[in-house]
Amino acid sequence: MTTDLDVQVWRGDSAGELQRYVVPRGDKQTVLDVVTYIQRRLDPTLSYRFACRVGMCGSCAMTVNGKPRWTCRASVERVAEAGSLELRPLRNMPVIKDLAVDMTGFFEKWQEAGGRFVPTSTRHDPIAVVPPSSPARQAADAGIECINCGICHAACDVVAWDPAYQGPAALNRAWTLQNDVRDGDHGQRLRAVASGSGCLGCHSMGNCARYCPNSLNPTGSIAGLKRLAVKAALKGEL
Amino acid sequence: MSLRLYVLQRLTALVMAPLVLVHLAVIVYATRTGLSAEAILGRTEGSLFWAGFYGLFVVAAAIHGTIGLRTVLVEMTGWRGGGLDLAMLCFFLAVLVLGLRAVVIVT
Ligand code: SF4
Ligand code: SF4
Ligand code: FES
Repeated sequence: MTTDLDVQVWRGDSAGELQRYVVPRGDKQTVLDVVTYIQRRLDPTLSYRFACRVGMCGSCAMTVNGKPRWTCRASVERVAEAGSLELRPLRNMPVIKDLAVDMTGFFEKWQEAGGRFVPTSTRHDPIAVVPPSSPARQAADAGIECINCGICHAACDVVAWDPAYQGPAALNRAWTLQNDVRDGDHGQRLRAVASGSGCLGCHSMGNCARYCPNSLNPTGSIAGLKRLAVKAALKGEL
Repeated sequence: MSLRLYVLQRLTALVMAPLVLVHLAVIVYATRTGLSAEAILGRTEGSLFWAGFYGLFVVAAAIHGTIGLRTVLVEMTGWRGGGLDLAMLCFFLAVLVLGLRAVVIVT
């Protein structure tokens, strides 16, 4: 643990370049620790995002040695092949500066894909009882631990090819809501996602599922949406 | 891709799956048993079955392939709109006509 770490960090906006820093290695060091060290000790002008540092908030994602990762839970020991790190902003989102990307478009897609819960009852009604063992609840359960980190969005090649594609995170959210028996917008939401820019554009390559730090499976969620869309189409409902 | 095209592509895939298997079996059979071109034509000419079989195959493949090509073009080139639809219609008709012509000739 005495050796130094050779770190290349993206500086500037999309027209920026990599800059080299040397950071001492530490015990149980995370990639976020490395970035924080650079910002506090070597170059205070470095911009990046983080909040919780424990894998809850989803704000610290970056491209680490070519792969999208949550940096607060990525240990240097595991990800720094050959003792070096290359840190770039997430792919598929405009770079604001250095390691911070503009996630506005990412979250707009959540809205486009009907990512908003539409209640069917009010606070005056009794609390809905949803049996944990029901298939719909289990399907929703499998997808609800999303922390909105954007890693899947950065990993998806269809997002890179088609700027209109809603992307794995937004579609995964839509799938959890389609399985929420308390939600009253299933028809409209299915309409919103049943297009080439929605679930039909997915190639089921599984990059999203491969890199999701919470081990969610947006590929599976999107396949579920495709099934719903085809069923509705065959019944003449869409 | 619209939902209509998506469903159409899945349905044509469903139609083609057994046809492809039979087609492969026919190829293997014809080459293994060393059938001559005349012998093959002798069996296909005037056969309603083979006309129907390959006619359906051509129609399904033309639809399926055109939708697939359209998707590839949209993704790789960003081509959209009326020009694309027209080009795809031409491609579909070309495949359809060439395929059906071949079916008519051998049956
Ligand atoms: S499975 Fe679909 S959403 Fe996930 S990375 Fe592949 S194309 Fe993108
Ligand atoms: S699905 Fe996974 S990778 Fe995608 S935003 Fe949610 S937590 Fe992040
Ligand atoms: S800082 Fe919150 S998930 Fe990494």
